[in-house]
Amino acid sequence: MKESIIGKSILRPEGRGKVTGTARYIDDLDFPGILHGATVRSPVARGRIKAIHFGEGIPWDQFTVVTAKDIPGKNYVALMINDQPCLADQFVNHAEEAVVLLAHPDKYLLEEARRAVRIRIEPLPAILTIEDSLAKKEIVWGEDNTFKSFAVNKGDVDSAWAEAAFIVEGEYETGAQEQLYIEPQGIIARANPSEGVTIWGSLQCPYYIHKALTPIFGLPKDRVRIIQAETGGGFGGKEEYPSMISAHAALLAWKSGKPVKIIYDRAEDMVATTKRHPSRTRHRTAVSRDGKLLAMDIDFTLDGGAYETVSPVVLSRGTIHAAGPYECPNVRIRSRAVATNVPPHGAFRGFGAPQSVFALERHMDRVAEAAGLPPDEFRRRNFVHEGQTLAVSQVVREKVDMARLMERAFEASGYHEKRARFQSENQHSAVKKGIGFAAFMHGAGFTGSGEEYLASEALLEATPEGIVRVLAGSTEMGQGANTVFTQVAAEALGLDCDRIEVLQPDTAYVPNSGPTVASRTTMIVGGLVESAARNILNTLLESGLLKSSYDSKDFAEACREYIAKFGPLKSFVKYHQPADVHWDDTTYQGDAYGAYGWAVYLAEVSVDTRTAEVRVDNFTAVQEVGTIVNPMLAAGQVEGGVAQGIGFAIYENVVWKDGRMINGQMTNYIMPTSMDVPPIRVIFEEVPYGTGPHGAKGIGELPLDGTAPAVANAIAHATGADIRRVPVTPETLIETLEMLELAHA
Amino acid sequence: MRAYVPAYEFQAPPDLSAALDRMAAEPNEWKPFAGGTDLMVLLEAGKLAHTKYLNIYHLRELRGMSVNPANVTFGAATTYAQIRRDSLLAAEFTLLCNAAAETGSIATQNRGTLGGNIANASPAADSPPALIVYDAELELVSSRGSRWIAYRDFHTGYKQSLLRPDELIRSIRLPRNGGPAWRQHYRKVGTRRAQAISKVCFAGAALVQNGKIEDVRIALGSIAPTVLRATATEQILQGAQLSPGLSRAAQQALAREIAPIDDMRSTARYRSLVAQNLLAEFLEKLSA
Amino acid sequence: MPEPARPKSVEKIRVSCSVNGAPASFETYPIARLLDVLREELKLTGTKEGCGEGECGACAIEMNGDLVNSCLVPALQAQGANIRTIEGIANKGLLNGVQQSFLEHGGAQCGICTPGMILAAVNLLRKYPRPTELQVREGLAGNLCRCTGYTKIFESVLEACRSQGEVPKR
Repeated sequence: MKESIIGKSILRPEGRGKVTGTARYIDDLDFPGILHGATVRSPVARGRIKAIHFGEGIPWDQFTVVTAKDIPGKNYVALMINDQPCLADQFVNHAEEAVVLLAHPDKYLLEEARRAVRIRIEPLPAILTIEDSLAKKEIVWGEDNTFKSFAVNKGDVDSAWAEAAFIVEGEYETGAQEQLYIEPQGIIARANPSEGVTIWGSLQCPYYIHKALTPIFGLPKDRVRIIQAETGGGFGGKEEYPSMISAHAALLAWKSGKPVKIIYDRAEDMVATTKRHPSRTRHRTAVSRDGKLLAMDIDFTLDGGAYETVSPVVLSRGTIHAAGPYECPNVRIRSRAVATNVPPHGAFRGFGAPQSVFALERHMDRVAEAAGLPPDEFRRRNFVHEGQTLAVSQVVREKVDMARLMERAFEASGYHEKRARFQSENQHSAVKKGIGFAAFMHGAGFTGSGEEYLASEALLEATPEGIVRVLAGSTEMGQGANTVFTQVAAEALGLDCDRIEVLQPDTAYVPNSGPTVASRTTMIVGGLVESAARNILNTLLESGLLKSSYDSKDFAEACREYIAKFGPLKSFVKYHQPADVHWDDTTYQGDAYGAYGWAVYLAEVSVDTRTAEVRVDNFTAVQEVGTIVNPMLAAGQVEGGVAQGIGFAIYENVVWKDGRMINGQMTNYIMPTSMDVPPIRVIFEEVPYGTGPHGAKGIGELPLDGTAPAVANAIAHATGADIRRVPVTPETLIETLEMLELAHA
Repeated sequence: MRAYVPAYEFQAPPDLSAALDRMAAEPNEWKPFAGGTDLMVLLEAGKLAHTKYLNIYHLRELRGMSVNPANVTFGAATTYAQIRRDSLLAAEFTLLCNAAAETGSIATQNRGTLGGNIANASPAADSPPALIVYDAELELVSSRGSRWIAYRDFHTGYKQSLLRPDELIRSIRLPRNGGPAWRQHYRKVGTRRAQAISKVCFAGAALVQNGKIEDVRIALGSIAPTVLRATATEQILQGAQLSPGLSRAAQQALAREIAPIDDMRSTARYRSLVAQNLLAEFLEKLSA
Repeated sequence: MPEPARPKSVEKIRVSCSVNGAPASFETYPIARLLDVLREELKLTGTKEGCGEGECGACAIEMNGDLVNSCLVPALQAQGANIRTIEGIANKGLLNGVQQSFLEHGGAQCGICTPGMILAAVNLLRKYPRPTELQVREGLAGNLCRCTGYTKIFESVLEACRSQGEVPKR
């Protein structure tokens, strides 16, 4: 009996290229005659374009210049709706909005030319905050500045206040966060009316780009081709924005007749591309005398920036996660995503849940305190169990045991002992220590009927040499998708991993497996890969060409014979939602997600009261995400996610002025270095569940939900500061410490 | 990359006197370029307005160290990595070594020079407070000759100095004032634990006998348009007996003599509170 | 026919140096970044640009034995230098111990920071053959990684020492 490959940390097939520097990222690719492309952008947040002036001293006749009027088809970048122009035409709605594109073979001259283009704009009043947008000081989008709103109702919230022994209110905020993949965005395009458009790029979703380019060029689907290059990190930042850059590069290529490469430098990438949606959450919570949640009234608002992009879906996820892994009979969640005149916010790992879960888990610590209970006891009394319902009335069918996860986190970190010891030691120290945790969940896959709507596909094909090739639109960007597919396919086929080959996504060959987002790749697409692999094996077994006991040589021989006799040996599989998943889009109730990851994260911090600097000293991440296909890769996802979460909690602050990010340099936008990240202890509880391969669920985004509230709760424990906002900067914390008379040595 | 690279002249004079002759012949035309860790960042940001540079990084006359009983003198093109590796500097001028270790990253320390850092005159630079505490002197050279000035007089305003258009910094000299006898403290408060721009930077040294401050030097960075020697604060402390009351008085004096600002990295109020707290921390250490 | 107006351009210079043990020679503008020269003139694309401000370390190389950020080195100053890039770390296809360890211990995820990180690690191990974890953290503090949270990078470097028979203190 062959030993299982599932649960083994097999090495990544593409790893060698990375450690030798031979992996080819988009800026490493070069074509003969290539032109470099650059973007000229609006300097103001909102206004009417009056004129474009091309300055002196530049040989403009050597340049390809593209504006909105050069677009052969429609001037929008299709995503959910078609509100975002590819190039601003009469109006600009955010600073850094693209207006003019330039191309030239000389990179240096191109940069000089970019500086020589002046866009004269007559400013219009701009909306720059959630408050001003809600107040409708100006209408800057649609009828009422609202991209989307949701209303979730469970039970009857208003009936609960009278019975409550405690009522706790709070308002919480999160700031924008930049994805900060170390490889800036880049695209190469070849485009002309006869051949169509071909794109190579650093990207997460080849089929999103495909969908966006067809109307811009008025081309049929088979004349647009998207090829993923080795991608240096995405985290959601390369989910939708590459469609914009692809359109720009392709427009320049179309007009010039030459291939065009657009590579953003770090400053442009930071200020012009998407970031995590800033949020404001208001909680009002009713609790009984014995510490049970009676009602949760939640108001959740996201700042979507100037155009809709993916805001409705970010809002959806944030809304559904807003009341967390708790049993509460009465829940009301009112949420909305509103427009402001800043560069549109977009996908970033967690996708709305880090925002609402930060608010929730900070709030739960405060509610516990008001109810006179320690934070863990309060959670224990309210954790949801199998058979109970979540806020959207989803019946939990998993054997979730949040209390056990919490206990494991406490055991591993020495929580109770430290909590008491820190409290006593802090009295004699200028450096205060604290320990805090967050309890949370993250739904895997697209919400509700989303996966049915995506109808993802995967294709497996065997070669006459007995190699099985996996063709999926899922993109490897370091998370290990290729490796997981390899393991899942090899396991299903009974082969060694070196008999599996995962193709680099190229829309000419691979089907649309849906976007590489939403913690869905292992669970949903991995499931398709597994089915297709089984189909191929069954086909061979049923043909009689393969006996029930075989090795890879037998398998290869059977493939050779089968193909010679019958033609191609392949299996094409399409996703179908399991029959027992029911979701109602109008009432926003039902089975929001097919499966959830469940977690308790715990942070230990030191706060130096002389400087209000916060250090995360230790971190424990306990999660249950079903079967772990590859332990090393899974742990890598948690460790990397926790580091990003620590950034979200205490380091990463976007500084805005007049609707522009002014700290768009890695010197001034602070992500953690190797000196800032604590030891991270990763613990997996494995409870196989659901339709993912071998009961695997989603993992990629979960760490972003619980890290910041765990750190915030730890800071509150250390100092008594009632943290309401992330990032917790020393500048804001020191004011609180002053008030608490802690800030003097 | 935001610069039009072809416009930049950058030449390598064969020796120091050739460099100085060029600078004298065309005043303000040619500027010196050492390790490039400041100038290349400006170049890439599209903010390097001047376009004619003389390479001084390779000039042997700007390197090396000489030691006598009174002074340690080293060339302006000495890198931070070289400062960190030097055992005499580590023994007698620990604050300078602390500052070097806090500057940028190992890769920047391998290229950045102390002279370049001084000439760049950022108020947030990490070494100047240490140099002030050590009563450093600078040798400025031109084709006309050389002169020594006290470093504390060098910076005359934000990004302004006594350096004339035809002058280079050749050497930095540190008087050996019985360094190890002084209690020394350096602390930089930045945006994170490594590769951080300073929000407040504190360097202090004191001679303490029986709880009395016989002599003291205090300098801070990032809280004024130039590095600041906290003379008013020193006067409060000079000859005084260490006590909580003294610490409070000194902190108040410090708050009055610094002039921090709000910028994208931090706030005036934060800088002021932290500067006071770092002074208190220093005085506490002296009392221990 | 008059030349179209164009910003003035200085003469290119010829720079000769040694790259990965072999002589290299190229013509470029004197202040051009060594990073661009390596990638575009010498076609050594293993060294990456992550930030263009000397902050991320993705462009790290060894120059005359020192770790430097090649985005901050002007071509003129590379004259006569001894340069080593990621392409020069493996020995005729045989991976260096650090590279092998990164593969085996998950030190690379998306891989864009990896060349610079490996250069920094190799440089660190030359100074401290048996580093503590703290020394590894300090040695890599100029190299930013957004994917791994650094944890498996530390493990990779420490395991690389162990596998060479050295046992580091924790």
